[in-house]
Amino acid sequence: MQPDLQQKQQQQGIDVAVLVSIGRHPTTGRARRAEQDARGLELALAIEAELPGTRISMLHAGSQDDSSEAALRGYLGMGLESMTLLEQPEGSDAILALVEHLAATSPQLVITGARAERGEGSGLLPYALAEHLGWPLVNSLASVEKVENGVVTLLQALPRGQRRRLKVRLPAIISVDEAAPVARQSAFGPARRATFAITTTTSEADSELAQWHLAPARKRPKRLKIVKAASARDRFKAAASKSEGKGGQVLTDVTPEQGAEAIYKLLKEEDVLR
Amino acid sequence: MSEIIRRDPRREWIARNRLHPDNAAVLAALGVNRAGGAVSEWMGPSGVVRKDPRAIGFIGPNGVKRIDRSGLQQGGQATATTTAARDSRRTVTIDQPAFLVAVVPDLTGGRLSGHDKDLLGLARRVADADAEQPGAVVAILFGEHKEEALGEAGIDRVVHLDDEFYAGFAPEARLAALSAVEREMTPRFWLLPDSPLGGADLGRRLALRLGERAATGVWQVEADNEASLGWRCTARGGAGSLDIQRPLPRVALALAECAEPVDETRHAAEHLTLTASIPTTLSRIEDLGQVAVDPAGVALAEAEFILSGGNGVKQWDAFHHAAKVLGATEGASRVAVDDGFMARDRQVGATGTWVTARVYMAVGISGAIQHLQGIQRCDKVVAINLDPGCDIIKRADLAVIGDSTQILAALVAMVEQQRGGQRDAA
Repeated sequence: MQPDLQQKQQQQGIDVAVLVSIGRHPTTGRARRAEQDARGLELALAIEAELPGTRISMLHAGSQDDSSEAALRGYLGMGLESMTLLEQPEGSDAILALVEHLAATSPQLVITGARAERGEGSGLLPYALAEHLGWPLVNSLASVEKVENGVVTLLQALPRGQRRRLKVRLPAIISVDEAAPVARQSAFGPARRATFAITTTTSEADSELAQWHLAPARKRPKRLKIVKAASARDRFKAAASKSEGKGGQVLTDVTPEQGAEAIYKLLKEEDVLR
Repeated sequence: MSEIIRRDPRREWIARNRLHPDNAAVLAALGVNRAGGAVSEWMGPSGVVRKDPRAIGFIGPNGVKRIDRSGLQQGGQATATTTAARDSRRTVTIDQPAFLVAVVPDLTGGRLSGHDKDLLGLARRVADADAEQPGAVVAILFGEHKEEALGEAGIDRVVHLDDEFYAGFAPEARLAALSAVEREMTPRFWLLPDSPLGGADLGRRLALRLGERAATGVWQVEADNEASLGWRCTARGGAGSLDIQRPLPRVALALAECAEPVDETRHAAEHLTLTASIPTTLSRIEDLGQVAVDPAGVALAEAEFILSGGNGVKQWDAFHHAAKVLGATEGASRVAVDDGFMARDRQVGATGTWVTARVYMAVGISGAIQHLQGIQRCDKVVAINLDPGCDIIKRADLAVIGDSTQILAALVAMVEQQRGGQRDAA
């Protein structure tokens, strides 16, 4: 590759900020790297591999203690040398601190997980950032296809394994859930060697959350099949008879073409033919 | 006329004699109406109630006389038609609603999903809490829909926004429309389904635009006089590990089965139009449309369109070709898998995969009960089979009786011809 072309590609790299949180292991409840955030970092590393010269900065807003540090080193072991920690006391609102920091550093792409694994976990944070910064937001990302001229082409995951291609103008926020590629393993040595850049920020306690009543999740009641019958006969029928078909259309004595046409019409109506 | 009841013994005799030529006329004169089904009870001439035991009951499907003592049957012919036609649901119209509850259903595939119906049930509960001052449920529908019974799902008012720029992934345009609704109607509550890529996305955007801290993952709502809006909700938080109890905010995103769907009342579903025009926003997100995904790579359990083959399929190459042309994920019945025509991970049914397809096409499958269990959650079932009496025909929404090879070939030809025509036109 010619040096000037290489240099040009170097300039094409973008600034990516990855927001990470402290996860919670579903069975033990221990702090760990959060599943979705790790996938977000994996996506950022994939962009870096595609576009040399891309700068990844990892951000976490929260308190600094032993268990959270161990969890954050889980991300660093994926191949980063340092990360920024916006230090806040426990129970304060992360949105303001993140908005301040992002507005100051102005990255072109912000990648977050869809929702946190501890605390409220409402999934509102990416939307709050988008609203405060006025940037477009795309959720449920599967992969980033290419970045050029300030426009990023993305694949969004739809239900039932479908994908949708989107073009988004930078700067933008993208959020990642289970559809994104699985995060790589965290390497222990690099994770130990990586450093934290700690910044203290303005923090405001989340007073609303403190007023709510939080309890371990109860099992949701299973919905019962309610039979609303006026008479004993109806109740008996509901209990004893197996459900009759709704009486679909049956085509007998038709040519294959007529049958195929009826099926084709139904497939068109249901919009499953592409 | 005098008060004395006068008897005519001759007429009574004719009425008792079913073989008398004047029997019908006399019965009619006595008030026993045989024409529209016999009346089994009537007031006799002396004021005594007379019963005709022959008029009770009806002839059942097997030719045996059946007597139904539940009170539904009033003698005469079987009244299956009248019971089916009778709709016991109460019609409710709310002309002057005290407040509005806005609901934005997902309308997956143009129909109200089960999740949408549960949400409308929740909206109804919130709206009807005070019987004196009922609120109205406003549904905001984006894009075209095929739903005819909107009122039966509990919708009082409908705002239907059918412009083409709401199609696809257009959160900014939809948000602008919802903001216009907010300015014009100011609903007391906004309820959206917390479903990925539907209400979950739009609802969070709306909440931030309205400056509300939305409750997400709501699964229970209870009345609470201490709360500011009169309701308290329980929401899932912390990746499903926490239950958060909080006052219900103006914007709530509810999970499926948050309430029972409406089934006792019918509502007006009156169409409203917004008076102010919706400001057009310059979108920074451009939707380039869906990408063709290899249907074989989609997991069978979440595939949208499945073409499933069974013992009746004789030419498997043609079957695989049809699946490819139609863009369907392939499935199979147990027999086809046991015979080695399909892989084990493609088996549909109780011992294989429980599928959730929107359209399930069963080719040459008779419909064993284990197979029918596996396709319980499919919306539309199409069956192609030689035997018109088999069980899958009863389950199918469309059944074609005939040779599956020929019908599939005709279908493939039709699809290919249509695609070719479209390419010529474009």
